[in-house]
Amino acid sequence: MNIPEELHYTREHEWILVEDDTGTVGVTDHAQKELGDVVFVELPQRGEEIGAGEPFGSIESVKAVSEIYSPVSGQILETNSALQETPDKINSDPYGDGWIVRLRLIDRSEIKGLLSAQDYEHYLKEELAK
Amino acid sequence: MKRTPLFSAHQELGARFIDFAGWEMPVQYESALQEHLVVRTHAGLFDVSHMGRIEIRGRNALSAVQKITCNDVNRLADGQAQYSALLFNEGTFVDDILVYRIDAEHLLICVNASNREKDYHWIVQHIGMEAEIRDFSDDYAQLALQGPLSQALLQKLVDVDLGQLKSYWFTFTKINGTRSMVSRTGYTGEDGFEIYPPSQEAEKIWKRLLATGTECELTPAGLAARNTLRLEARLALYGNDINETTTPWEAGLNWIVKLEKGEFIGKQALLRQKETGISRKLVGFEMVERGIARDHFPVYYRDRLVGHVTSGSFAPTLQKAIGLTYLPPAIANPGTEISIDIRGKRIKANVVPTPFYRRPVN
Repeated sequence: MNIPEELHYTREHEWILVEDDTGTVGVTDHAQKELGDVVFVELPQRGEEIGAGEPFGSIESVKAVSEIYSPVSGQILETNSALQETPDKINSDPYGDGWIVRLRLIDRSEIKGLLSAQDYEHYLKEELAK
Repeated sequence: MKRTPLFSAHQELGARFIDFAGWEMPVQYESALQEHLVVRTHAGLFDVSHMGRIEIRGRNALSAVQKITCNDVNRLADGQAQYSALLFNEGTFVDDILVYRIDAEHLLICVNASNREKDYHWIVQHIGMEAEIRDFSDDYAQLALQGPLSQALLQKLVDVDLGQLKSYWFTFTKINGTRSMVSRTGYTGEDGFEIYPPSQEAEKIWKRLLATGTECELTPAGLAARNTLRLEARLALYGNDINETTTPWEAGLNWIVKLEKGEFIGKQALLRQKETGISRKLVGFEMVERGIARDHFPVYYRDRLVGHVTSGSFAPTLQKAIGLTYLPPAIANPGTEISIDIRGKRIKANVVPTPFYRRPVN
């Protein structure tokens, strides 16, 4: 399982890369495998404010739809418009070209509530064992 | 949960499983999208052993089947198959089925997995005194080899000339040394075959087919691809597009009803509905705005709730989101603008002609 060390994670299988007060958000390698081939991504509007744990968009695969939850509170700075044409980037490069939104963090202290790479790996093992 | 004779073969291939009508079935192997596309361009192999297989035997087998089905079995020659339905007195579907005529005293009925017990009891209840009825589903597996390269591939493993086996005909032949029924039928909108080997030989034949098919990109394919393939071809799914409340007229399956054939269960109700007219009709739609309509989503016409999506999905061959829904006949014509409630947002769609996909003629 690919779980980069430098990212923070949620139990809903999103990741966030924090650089100063900016966060880049996507879904994890595990999430994209569970979803299967992504064929459509619903993205939020730039400027929208989203609370921690709130859904801001959805990812649809051939067989299912899954909401994307924001790991932290923030304002949408940018969305990955390339996903409109090539949503499968979420499958092929979930931590890179498959990023979904960039947002401005409102409260940096929320990061402490997220899972580290180790925590997330541990969480996944427990989930898979169920 | 029940498992087919191929369960461990699916596990070895790394399949993901789902519960389908009480069966633990492969929903996809590597990628549902790829499996779908490979069936359209090359060939795919499906395990559909979960379907029910019921045989009707006896001197009156033909007239007995004639009584419980709406299509005309008298039009079948030995070795020919037919799409048909079992109907309630109300003219609504008990199930949609395939009838195979081995000879006038021996017919097979292939039924949906979800309806196997119901159908068996229905059949016994209505013609149990006229013919010998046996559910032999567990004795045999059922594999569907589908896609344009199916014939060339299967030909390598059988003695009969498959070029002579026309659509909706079947024969008995040896595959991998085992005598099996092979029919030119399927549920994908492509050319293809269904193979019915004895359960204990099924895994060997499955593996032999996959090994033989490597050179032509044959892929194992799961229920997810089966569903999107059948939807593009507008083949009805029992439980979604047809059920115990819908009739063949409403579902656009007029062609499987032969009123002139004589009496059959459900005929009187169908005659009455033909007289009064239908109040809803199953139609295809295509999303105009971005979004994917899924099963059960509400359907609106000018702010009025007019129905629900019976089947909805992204269509991999068409690269569009499509679906089926029942609409009042007045607004069921292609071009009508409707909208689908996708998680609280009304997204525009158009009624379109079906099938959504028709295979190229070669």
